Amino acid sequence: MSVLGSGIFKGMAVTLKNFVGSYFDKERLTTNEYAWQANDKLPERAGDYPKEEAEQLSDTTTVTQYSRNFPMLLHDAGEPMDTVRCVACQICERECPPQCIYIEKSTEKKERSGNKAQFYPATFDIDVSVCMSCQICVEVCPFDAIVMNSQFELSTPSRFGELLLRRDDLLKSNDYYYKIHPEEASARDKRIADEKAAKEAKKKAAEAAKKKAAEAKSKSEAEAKAKEEAEAASKPTEPSDTPPAESTATPSTEPPATPTTEPEKEGSAE
Amino acid sequence: MTVAAPNYELVQQDGLETSLLEVSMGPHHPSTHGVFRMDVKLDGETVVDLKPVFGYLHRNHEKLAENMSYLASMPFTDRLDYFNSMTNNWAYALAAEQLVEIEIPERAEYLRVIMSELTRLVNHVSLVGFFVNDLGALGTPLLYAFREREKILDLFEQASGARMMCNYFRFGGLRCDVPDGWLDRTREVVDRFPKFLDEYEKLLCENEIILSRTQGVGNLSKELAISAGITGPMLRASGVNYDIRKVDNYGIYERFKFRVPYSEGDVGDCYDRFMVRMLEMRESIGILRQALDGIENGPIMGNAGKVFKPQKSEAYGRVEAPKGELGFYLVADGTTQPYRYRVRPPSFINLTVLQDMCIGQQVADAVIILGSIDIVLGEVDR
Ligand code: SF4
Ligand code: SF4
Repeated sequence: MSVLGSGIFKGMAVTLKNFVGSYFDKERLTTNEYAWQANDKLPERAGDYPKEEAEQLSDTTTVTQYSRNFPMLLHDAGEPMDTVRCVACQICERECPPQCIYIEKSTEKKERSGNKAQFYPATFDIDVSVCMSCQICVEVCPFDAIVMNSQFELSTPSRFGELLLRRDDLLKSNDYYYKIHPEEASARDKRIADEKAAKEAKKKAAEAAKKKAAEAKSKSEAEAKAKEEAEAASKPTEPSDTPPAESTATPSTEPPATPTTEPEKEGSAE
Repeated sequence: MTVAAPNYELVQQDGLETSLLEVSMGPHHPSTHGVFRMDVKLDGETVVDLKPVFGYLHRNHEKLAENMSYLASMPFTDRLDYFNSMTNNWAYALAAEQLVEIEIPERAEYLRVIMSELTRLVNHVSLVGFFVNDLGALGTPLLYAFREREKILDLFEQASGARMMCNYFRFGGLRCDVPDGWLDRTREVVDRFPKFLDEYEKLLCENEIILSRTQGVGNLSKELAISAGITGPMLRASGVNYDIRKVDNYGIYERFKFRVPYSEGDVGDCYDRFMVRMLEMRESIGILRQALDGIENGPIMGNAGKVFKPQKSEAYGRVEAPKGELGFYLVADGTTQPYRYRVRPPSFINLTVLQDMCIGQQVADAVIILGSIDIVLGEVDR
């Protein structure tokens, strides 16, 4: 520090440089014009936004694909309620830290296209005024049924009830998921396919083992019979080298079709 | 060092009767960094007594956590010190990982270090901005700081999905791996940061107004700092070389070469606290560079079971959060919920010496002293 005040002038040079740079710097941050405006007034409910426009706004051109805000329920191609993945197991309801999910399980199972009959959520509400976007529900769901949306057009004129997203507001197709989180969606689908393939392979292997065991059993039985016959003919030739049937028969453990739905019983204080 | 109790009796001055003035600063005051109140007693411009009043933001964090599963508290820790969600997550994960034996994969350890050093940059750069904002440099330095912070928050968003409430750490690793190209983008940000720091130092560190307003203001002696349990940059500014990254070597910090800046003298004024943070950022960049060089591909999650249910035990996990020692104390009773959950918040404990630092100072300086402590009310009140 030589001349008193020189430090201040140095600082001013920095601000001048930044001021000029704010017009010419390549990395300068600019303001994006808001892409969409509600034509007249806000919809009454958060779920009532014009679906197409709101969904278009949440794709990767407006929102980065990594961001998350509130959960949505996935369904595969087809009628939403025919292909919804959620089976109303209520794990997410129990695990949600601020307890903002409310589920009512259907009373009877429903046929799903391409899948066996399952329960479905008769009611599935998420109170987005309470939800803290933590993604715990996504993590605990064993059916890949719930994922994070990035739709941000949700403001309403009042906060009581209007911020409650009902099941039909939450249902979104897998295609939409690909649109908003392409990387995550393809990774998830790959994992699901891998798990399915592994399950099938295991099933096949189990079946094959069963078949083999049965064959071995019948073979050894036949051999034993032949042997008996041969013995009866008092002409013992070669000893049978097939192992006893029991040892090859792998205990046919049918892989559970659905993961366990009761991860913790003690902890859940109802 | 004890401060003599001030005398509030009416004073006779030049034949006139005067008395002390009581001012309540806050809870909605721009200088209080949130909802925090200081009851200040003034003799003219001089502070003769100061009482911090807090609790306006109490959210029952600890009791809530005792009534939910271990994992479900993780997103709530983000909201303690909302500037540093990554280090909060780490401290909690460290405590929980001590309850059960979990091996943490190499890549996760590296990413943890990267995340927490990025957090330190975010915290210190904005703290300095807020601090000079309190000094009266309205806006400009703070906005420069926020411009850089934005780049780091974008990195957090790409990795974890959220800019501030990251909820990224899990017991035994991290929730998900970083996306492709993330490490390159991080390296770009880290490589540009020193240039910004040069500029920032040029802007602030020689400024005569800052020097004259911070030097010799709000002194905190070494003895008082130690006996009051002060930690973090504030302790180091008072001349104590103590950094939990060096003391505990948690994570993989022993692999990195870095220095701990601390003040040589025994003054511990606002200027020291400001400079310690400026210097710490340079060291964080060094750690980040080493971590980015060392990281390799691999799994990011250890083999933690699906249900986190520790045996009866207790554990204390602590990290060097940007504000000081952040610790989580957990008592497990064999169920899926902690029996006791306690947070040791650095901002709260650092705030306890506010009175000692402010007495005898000008009232305008009380604002700066509060700013130099670096508090976040979300953590003070919990
Ligand atoms: S994101 Fe978190 S708070 Fe929101 S519904 Fe899911 S678990 Fe609950
Ligand atoms: S955990 Fe998944 S399948 Fe179960 S109720 Fe929740 S969303 Fe549906």
